[in-house]
Amino acid sequence: MDGLLNLSPEEWTAVRLSVRVATVAMLTSLPIGIAVAYVLARCKFPGKTFVDGIVLLPLILPPVVTGYLLLLTFGRRGLVGSFLAEHFGIVFSFRWTGAALACGVMGFPLMVRAIRLSIEAVDRRLEEAAGTLGANPLWVFIFITFPLIAPGIIAGMILCFAKAMGEFGATITFVSNIPGETQTLPSAIYTFTQVPGGEAGALRLTLVSIAISMGALVVSEVMARWVGRKMWTE
Amino acid sequence: MTIEVDVTHRLAAFQLEARFASEGRLTAFFGQSGSGKTSLINVIGGLIRPDQGRIAVDGTTLLDTASGVFVPAYRRRVGYVFQEGRLFPHLTVRQNLVFGRWFRPPRERKVQLDTVLDLLGIGHLLQRRPGALSGGEKQRVAIGRALLASPRLLLMDEPLAALDDERKAEILPFIERLRDEANIPIVYVSHSVAEVGRLANSVVVLRNGRVAAVGDPADVLSRTDLVPQDAAEEAGAVIEARISQHDVQFGLTMLQSKAGLLRAPYLDMPVGTLVRVRIRARDVMIANVAPVGLSALNVLPGKVIGLTKSGETVVEVQIDCNGVRLEARLTRKSVETLGLKPALPVYAILKSVALDKSTLGRSPLSANFRGADLGVQMQDEEIAPRVPRRDGTSP
Repeated sequence: MDGLLNLSPEEWTAVRLSVRVATVAMLTSLPIGIAVAYVLARCKFPGKTFVDGIVLLPLILPPVVTGYLLLLTFGRRGLVGSFLAEHFGIVFSFRWTGAALACGVMGFPLMVRAIRLSIEAVDRRLEEAAGTLGANPLWVFIFITFPLIAPGIIAGMILCFAKAMGEFGATITFVSNIPGETQTLPSAIYTFTQVPGGEAGALRLTLVSIAISMGALVVSEVMARWVGRKMWTE
Repeated sequence: MTIEVDVTHRLAAFQLEARFASEGRLTAFFGQSGSGKTSLINVIGGLIRPDQGRIAVDGTTLLDTASGVFVPAYRRRVGYVFQEGRLFPHLTVRQNLVFGRWFRPPRERKVQLDTVLDLLGIGHLLQRRPGALSGGEKQRVAIGRALLASPRLLLMDEPLAALDDERKAEILPFIERLRDEANIPIVYVSHSVAEVGRLANSVVVLRNGRVAAVGDPADVLSRTDLVPQDAAEEAGAVIEARISQHDVQFGLTMLQSKAGLLRAPYLDMPVGTLVRVRIRARDVMIANVAPVGLSALNVLPGKVIGLTKSGETVVEVQIDCNGVRLEARLTRKSVETLGLKPALPVYAILKSVALDKSTLGRSPLSANFRGADLGVQMQDEEIAPRVPRRDGTSP
């Protein structure tokens, strides 16, 4: 039992890295996710079905395919990757930032879907009423739309975080499995299962995964309830 | 304060083509559902951008397609009270009320919170959320919210339609006070003869997207051809009267009108108050001799001025009582039995109990322009009324 709770320094590194990667993936996707969800929920434009499909693609493609596409695009020789490296010094391949990108891309459809549903559920007549009271479209979004979709945004964030914590296929394909740089929890567990005598380590990290996931779920429930209570009742 | 509207707009198969000008403090858009009332009010509020037209409120152009002017809703300063209230569910009553105020520069915040709370009787609700309010309370908060944005014009789209009769009776006096004291012109959409008869200074009748008539409620509501068919029962005369005396012993109130003395069930208003009385055509009986041994308390002498057949059975009879026109709805048989014809002297008979709460209210003519009550500066060019007061003094 003692061995189960005492994580080795390498294992701690994987846990910390996973949490960091998932957090960064979630926070950077958030503004883009809200914007995309808003456009998909509210705007009509030619090619909307196509955009909708692109957003959902990581959900239905095999993760390995997504990872490989990321490698082709954001790798050092990829079209976008080389541009970013040359002009901004941003490198994704074989870095933890690449792991965050892969996790963000994989979690994005789930986040957009949750937020989009909540935007579609907003009573637009309330926004109209705010307009007649003198609020311009930006103020209407800040004071009316945003508070009303807050529960959906929280749900989207949690879904994205959970997906990022568990992401394996796209990450390992895109940025490989480098301890201390790109070895997240799932990669570390996978590594343990590939070596003799690694079962104890795999089990320890599995328990840590469960604990983090449950923790995230509890936090989201509490936040959603708090927002809900604040909004709808006295 | 004038409202000029001249717009055309096509909505699928429906064509809105409205043109009118109104100077009343409360202008009612009156018509059946589907007549274009709400579309027209939405055009004024800036929620619909019409294909063509022009809208000006007191000289300020809000829309002029010819010169490409379209002031968006949030810059129109046009308050809007919606049928369903549309309070923000995530904000408290207080936050709802001051929402629009927040977007006005301080010098334009002419309406004070305390005054509105007092006017609408909602001071005790401030900390609640809309979910915890009754239907009537919600509508009063919605009215207060629109007022506190210091609008130059207040639009009300069937604000009572979603409420039961008791709640309606609770809110009508507030709207009367608003009309008489707030000094903000109101456009009021309704299909109810009772509301229009009680509240309006001026009525715009809409039918199939077009203006069928514009006029005083007294003129419009007495014409069965203008009143929506499902409300024909409510058609009748609208007359002004002054409370001359209360009869405490019998619980009656005496109303002195030009047509003669009317006795109504007790009205909780001081002697001297000007009231408006709607006398439904179906409540009026006619006698060709002075009646004796009759329970009805109101007998007004007059003479027949016109008869209009309305179907096989019913005849609408117009009676002139000392210059006031009353309407009576009789059967053709009664008309023939009595030998009614123009110029024949008759007596119009009305039961006191026919004058109920839905037909009696404070008259818009009793308005005394207490604009200062809402913190509105009377010398303000933009807001001050340009018509003289009814009592002859200038504002």
